[in-house]
Amino acid sequence: MTLTPVITEFWDRPDLYTLAGYERTGGYRALRTALAMDPDAIISQVKDTGLRGRGGAGFPTGLKWSFVPQGDDKPHYLVVNADESEPGACKDVPIMIANPHALVEGVIISSFAIRASHAVIYIRGEVPEAIRRVALAVSEAEAAGHLGHNIHGSGFDLKVIVHSGAGAYICGEETALLDSLEGYRGQPRLKPPFPAVAGLYSAPTVVNNVETITNIPWIINNGVEWFRQFGTEKSPGFKVFAVSGHVRRPGIYEAPLGITMRELLDYAGGMRDGSEVKFWVPGGSSVPMLTADHLDVPLTYEAMVEAGTMLGTGTPMVFDQTVSVVKAVTRWLEFYKHESCGKCTPCREGTFWITGVLKQFENGEGNDPDLDLLNELCEQIMGRSFCALGDAAATPYPAAVKLFRDEFITATHTPVDQTFDPARSFVFSETALSEVGAR
Amino acid sequence: MTIASGSEQTQTDLVDVVVDDINVRVPKGTLVIRVAEQMGVEIPRFCDHPLLDPVAACRMCLIEIDGVPKPQPACAITVADGMKIRTQRTSPVAEKAQSGVMEFLLLNHPLDCPICDKGGECPLQNQAMSSGRGETRFEGKKRTFEKPIAISSQILLDRERCVSCARCTRFADQIAGDPMLELLERGAQQQVGVADDAPFNSYFSGNTIQICPVGALTSTLYRFRSRPFDLVSTPTTCEHCASGCSLRTDVRRGEVTRRLAWDDPEVNEEWNCDKGRFAFRYIRQDRIESPLVREDGRLRPASWPEALDIAARGLAAAQGRVGVLTGGRLTAEDAYSYAKFARVALRTDDIDFRARMASDEEAQFLAALVAGQPLGPTYADLDAASNVVLVGFEPEDESPIVLLRLRRAALKANTRVWSISASLTGGLAKMQGTWVPCQPGAEAQVMDDAQKDGSDDAFGAALRTPGAVLLVGERLAGIPGALSAAAALARNTGARLGWVPRRAGERGALDAGALSGLLPGGRPLTDPAARREVSDLWGVQADELPRYAGRRGSVPIAQSADAVIVAGVDPVDDPQGEQLMAALAGDRFVLSLETHHGPISELADVVLPVAVDAERAGTYVDWEGRSRSFGTAISGVTTVTDSRVLAMLADAMDESIGRGDVMELRAELATLGHWTGDRMSAPDVRPAPPAAGGLRLASWRLLLDLGRMQQGEPHLAGTARPTEAVMSAATAASRGLTEGSLVTVSTPDGSLTLPLRLDEVAHDTVWLPMHSPGCSIVQDLGAVPGDVVEVVPGGPR
Ligand SMILES: Cc1cc2nc3c(=O)[nH]c(=O)nc-3n(C[C@H](O)[C@H](O)[C@H](O)COP(=O)(O)O)c2cc1C
Ligand code: SF4
Ligand code: SF4
Ligand code: SF4
Ligand code: FES
Repeated sequence: MTLTPVITEFWDRPDLYTLAGYERTGGYRALRTALAMDPDAIISQVKDTGLRGRGGAGFPTGLKWSFVPQGDDKPHYLVVNADESEPGACKDVPIMIANPHALVEGVIISSFAIRASHAVIYIRGEVPEAIRRVALAVSEAEAAGHLGHNIHGSGFDLKVIVHSGAGAYICGEETALLDSLEGYRGQPRLKPPFPAVAGLYSAPTVVNNVETITNIPWIINNGVEWFRQFGTEKSPGFKVFAVSGHVRRPGIYEAPLGITMRELLDYAGGMRDGSEVKFWVPGGSSVPMLTADHLDVPLTYEAMVEAGTMLGTGTPMVFDQTVSVVKAVTRWLEFYKHESCGKCTPCREGTFWITGVLKQFENGEGNDPDLDLLNELCEQIMGRSFCALGDAAATPYPAAVKLFRDEFITATHTPVDQTFDPARSFVFSETALSEVGAR
Repeated sequence: MTIASGSEQTQTDLVDVVVDDINVRVPKGTLVIRVAEQMGVEIPRFCDHPLLDPVAACRMCLIEIDGVPKPQPACAITVADGMKIRTQRTSPVAEKAQSGVMEFLLLNHPLDCPICDKGGECPLQNQAMSSGRGETRFEGKKRTFEKPIAISSQILLDRERCVSCARCTRFADQIAGDPMLELLERGAQQQVGVADDAPFNSYFSGNTIQICPVGALTSTLYRFRSRPFDLVSTPTTCEHCASGCSLRTDVRRGEVTRRLAWDDPEVNEEWNCDKGRFAFRYIRQDRIESPLVREDGRLRPASWPEALDIAARGLAAAQGRVGVLTGGRLTAEDAYSYAKFARVALRTDDIDFRARMASDEEAQFLAALVAGQPLGPTYADLDAASNVVLVGFEPEDESPIVLLRLRRAALKANTRVWSISASLTGGLAKMQGTWVPCQPGAEAQVMDDAQKDGSDDAFGAALRTPGAVLLVGERLAGIPGALSAAAALARNTGARLGWVPRRAGERGALDAGALSGLLPGGRPLTDPAARREVSDLWGVQADELPRYAGRRGSVPIAQSADAVIVAGVDPVDDPQGEQLMAALAGDRFVLSLETHHGPISELADVVLPVAVDAERAGTYVDWEGRSRSFGTAISGVTTVTDSRVLAMLADAMDESIGRGDVMELRAELATLGHWTGDRMSAPDVRPAPPAAGGLRLASWRLLLDLGRMQQGEPHLAGTARPTEAVMSAATAASRGLTEGSLVTVSTPDGSLTLPLRLDEVAHDTVWLPMHSPGCSIVQDLGAVPGDVVEVVPGGPR
């Protein structure tokens, strides 16, 4: 399958992030088309494309928009989730840095469709570059009349607010994000009501991922047929894949859904010298890991589920034989423990417990029976926690121990850093390796 | 099985569900956990609380629903038609989910049970005992916190015991409207806390201790004092205000050790205020332990027979010229005994229970509209009301449960609250109320204006809506014309009228006839039929009862009497307290029936000790007119009641008023019931013309202040509101006063210096607390609300 740069097509242009640069690529044409359309027609068009949310869950975007009650006399809001904090996920930030106007144009069209006169872009606080570029794009768009009062004479008003998060993974969960926006601690809200009915300030709100919204201008410009020529029936369209790990050229590869990991690996220049795929995750740390056996499974929502994992954010991390699974899983769990919001018992206490036990394994002090205990603890979290962060925390270990039980057994007597010299996974050149005295 | 919450539940409101293979029909929208409860199936829970919005945080109540892949929290899922629910009784999945959560909850929980206040009544402990693992599988180090930390002077927090159920924080936010308590940090470090400069000084803070499902919150007062299984509990009624809270008094070795809010859905639900919960050590402090008689100018202990004899002779000598002053602490039964004793044994109608700001206008208002009236308006009427207008009444300070009810009604039932008041208080804001600014003293005028043709006063229109209620506070008695105006306003708008006194015993005393001109049940003394009903029951001839209504007001009564019986009167409550003391100090026989040593017992000729609240059974009648009977909790210092003393006195005087037994008195009160005949007409006093110059003084008593019955409670006092003067920015600016600076408030009789806070206050008005540390307007300024005061910058010169 070939790469299909759509969103990423002009990323090599240094001025793409400016209004002029974006407009030279045909930017803001879709906006004029959309403003002449009936908002409901836009919703149907997005629905017909089958576009699924790129934030991880893959919920059909048009369907989500259609849940917003219309004619209800309440303000509506569009909130763009740009909190991208999942370990391994690095696609929204590049989009915002390289082509912020595409996002802004998507925001304007989407807001018009759902009749929102306010939109918020909630950006992860640790990426000032992205925040600056999006803020600049918003002010340029405003100056150009793409935003603000009576946009291009359409009678449609829109104000876009760029909001910076304060460093919490949980604030990427859509309802925690809304609480955070309202000035409360970011903790997920009880659902129902869902945001589409009672979201920001209890008003109907659509929360969508950056990549999801960035798709919209192209959908308006090119239509349903065009969009559906990419991907599969259940996973139509293209995807901004962010490949990281022990590959020669980590980075962004935009391709139709359904491309395989093997193909993506090829585009990424293959594994680094002398290394082979040991395990990989298709969409951030929150989905179960796969091995080289799964390199030919199409990267679609449905095929990934069939393979026992999930497409997630579509940001594969590839690990070679130098990496200790025990250590990788321990790091991930430490992340979840640190990011658990504390609201519910299974995630708050479970991540605390599991991390402690995993640390013992990492230090070569694990106990055999704890392998089963850990599985049980994960079962006690999975599906029992308040939000998906708990489920995510319960995900890495069961898959890892199923595939690499031996490594955990070894870790009952030998510290993982002895079995797997960390230098070998971090340092790429042989000379450098000998300089640091790697085993 | 059909479980319906209301009797008028229609078929369409019901849905069919199956719980553990049992078919039930329940109202749509009921939470699964409530359905199970009503079927007798207890789903374990920690965060769930029926009076708080669900959070589904603890995950203890997970159950299985057919067709739903993951176990669901029973506390947050409402039933839908056809839902098949399996609890831990029939679902291994639910059972396993719950035991998993239980294990997690205990993970970081300290092994404090043996020293924890909650041990023995702890939901976590109980749950651990019934379904926890015998042995822990956790071998790591538990999370620890510094323990305990004080989140207010009254409440201590052991964070490591906390299970993060958010009951306390939700209570503070949703019920009390004091969102000072928050969960902080995240993950396993999540903890309850307060901001550094804002301790949890909520009037309702103690409720959080009671609803905390573990021992994370404890009170300074009770911490380490007892184990629950060493306590003997008695249902009681709070004596601190007219809200009528049902309480549980817990006694250890004969001492009141703690008090809890008891569940009464019609009154206090499951809440109470901190005064009712924590102010009880007065029971033991400074009590009068034996009868005292004056000899050679000094009081000496005496035996009961001797003291009774002297008292009886003193009263008999003044026959027909005896006055009776009873305060607000009496039970309805005791007040009734005074009413009867005065009329039967003393042949006097000079009796008044209002040892406070009082007026003839008020007496007439009470006789016409309140005394012996049947129940209502009630708390439920507040819930159902379209509009509630408050005048001269600050619920948060003066009847806290009314605040909680009105707040809920405003937030959840669309009741609109209005307050005709000198200031827009935090309490009013909690009720999302509308402020009708009113200079103190102008209440009558404001109410009169609303009744004029063409008036566009919105609150007047609000009172005309069906179900509207007008609530007037006791302190309107101090504003000439105000109660007349309120009576007319209610009459002309059709609104229901409620009178909210401050003390627990006032309404009962009024209904019992402890006010001149009124026999029990609101009967006019001068009505022949009323006299007949009462004299028949009392076993006297109708013409033996006093013929004419007696004097009113403590000072006139005391000044014209040769002998005075004083019971439960604190002269500091009375703006004329000084004159009263002067009259009592004069050449009169003074008999004091008292619980505590105080200024009046000091100058009495005979002092007879009587029981306090916990030591006797009785009844308070709350502001609604609802009888709140309670039992004896302790034997304490004495169990002799005022009624019993009066019965003995009557015997010593060769009169008979019965045995003074509480059941007998209740039966008599019940026999008399409410008067249904003609009443005095409502007063028609014209408002006084506004005084000129200066600022008007606004004031009421804060809930926590220098009240006698709060003495000896430093931790409680530590949560009181600061003593400060409050005025509007405009008024302050016009006098060159600035926020936070000291100002001096003065009258010709005295002055006070205190810090100034700027807030929403009526123009040319300054608000001061009535009786707080460093500020007692009667003692320090010789002033009452509505008086003119001067305010200047800086301290005393
Ligand atoms: C712990 C957690 C973190 C999440 N972080 C993000 C995020 O950073 N960005 C994002 O778009 N969605 C994130 N999500 C998913 C959102 O809740 C939500 O599903 C998504 O924003 C919806 O957008 P979409 O329909 O366009 O995918 C997160 C979910 C969870 C549970
Ligand atoms: S699973 Fe629970 S503790 Fe974890 S982040 Fe979600 S709500 Fe918070
Ligand atoms: S202190 Fe008690 S009530 Fe508050 S969150 Fe902790 S366990 Fe719950
Ligand atoms: S509200 Fe009144 S009755 Fe209730 S506890 Fe407080 S003081 Fe007692
Ligand atoms: S009781 Fe239901 S989740 Fe806590």
